[in-house]
Amino acid sequence: MTPASVDTSAQGIATRASQSLTRAVMLDGSDLFCERDDRILFEHLSFTVTEGQVLQIKGSNGSGKTTLLRILCGLNDSYQGSIRWYGQALEAQVEEFYGTLLFIGHRVGVNKVLTPLENLRWTCSLQQQVADAELYQALAKVGLRGFEESQCFTLSAGQQQRVSLARLLISDARLWILDEPFTTLDAGGVSLLEGLLRSHADAGGAVIVTTHHELRVADLQQMTLG
Amino acid sequence: MNKQRVSTGQAFRATLQRDLLIAYKRKNDMVNPFMFFLIVASLFPIGISPDSERLAEIAAGVLWISALLASLLAMDNLYRADYEDGSLEQLLLSPHPLYFMVLAKNIAHWLVSGLPVVLISPLIAYMLNLPSESYMTLFVTLLLGTPVFSLLGSIGVALTVGLGSRGLILAVITLPMSVPVLIAGTLAIEQTSNGASLGGYLAILGAMLVASISLAPLASGAALRISVN
Repeated sequence: MTPASVDTSAQGIATRASQSLTRAVMLDGSDLFCERDDRILFEHLSFTVTEGQVLQIKGSNGSGKTTLLRILCGLNDSYQGSIRWYGQALEAQVEEFYGTLLFIGHRVGVNKVLTPLENLRWTCSLQQQVADAELYQALAKVGLRGFEESQCFTLSAGQQQRVSLARLLISDARLWILDEPFTTLDAGGVSLLEGLLRSHADAGGAVIVTTHHELRVADLQQMTLG
Repeated sequence: MNKQRVSTGQAFRATLQRDLLIAYKRKNDMVNPFMFFLIVASLFPIGISPDSERLAEIAAGVLWISALLASLLAMDNLYRADYEDGSLEQLLLSPHPLYFMVLAKNIAHWLVSGLPVVLISPLIAYMLNLPSESYMTLFVTLLLGTPVFSLLGSIGVALTVGLGSRGLILAVITLPMSVPVLIAGTLAIEQTSNGASLGGYLAILGAMLVASISLAPLASGAALRISVN
């Protein structure tokens, strides 16, 4: 697919999903190299993520999983190699990329003095207009009904993680990059997140996730670092 | 599911509102610089002399230095909480120019830490026996000068937010940059009380403000990118 024909609307995702055979390569990296403190984290690393695919990154502690994710997001630029977004150099289209990227890092981006509602409202409002009703609905779906107005420092780590997961329900981002999203979740949270990953992939979106959890999704690709 | 994209203006407003809301919920952060200003300024009559003639001489300098130190004290929490909880990464990954996002944070920060100091300054000036015809000059120059302190301080905080132990490094980076503002501000008060016109000094301070509004957020943004790297 040529970059010019990339349809950025959500309907575009749906149409592409229905023609599953012609799924485009969303993000690909080739010959990535990263060194930290004179230690090579990875070299000659190449991967492709197509629409509708979940890329699971595994590797032992300290093998560079988080660093790789941060490089893909553009938060870390100490690497060599090329990353392309729909076939074109990522650096040339950063704004468009950020418009459709959802990143949840190791630190989930939930302010402790704000309530889940206020946190969600702000993070979502950086990308798209959201009505309050939708925020309440999303929080209820991730199991935070009744906690919408409590300050986040009163919530457990798992609940704070759920606040960030509520973004997945609201956002129409096509690429999700999630760093260890399962760590603090209970069994219910794990199956909720798995369901979200599945439906996102079914709708033609792509996910890059670091976890050691066994993912049950249709189009799963695994990559091991280190 | 196709939702409307957000304009940069809306994202700017959302960030401004969020930071004001956080400040409102953390009231001690809001009161601290204000109290600090009050205390430092009142130490001078105690330490130097309660003699009203001598106080009047140093009042302008005392007020400006206290305002500068108060702004420095408040700076550290501009990006720290966001850095620690990951909100800063979300800000950096927003599809909007980082300039405006940083500017929104700076404005919110000045509104809660700089503006109260400016508002209370005539009262402290009265305590320090500043000549009454200089009140207006003091107020206006502080109104123009304290945002410059915040904007310059923001660069220093952005550079140091990733460091484990910051200590005095913020002061070492920020205070030298603030000296021109301090000179212009105190000179304005001194000279206008000797009959010079205020216009020139306001023009200089205004120029400093405009320059720092247009350039400092760019530098802060670049520094933030380095800090999260």
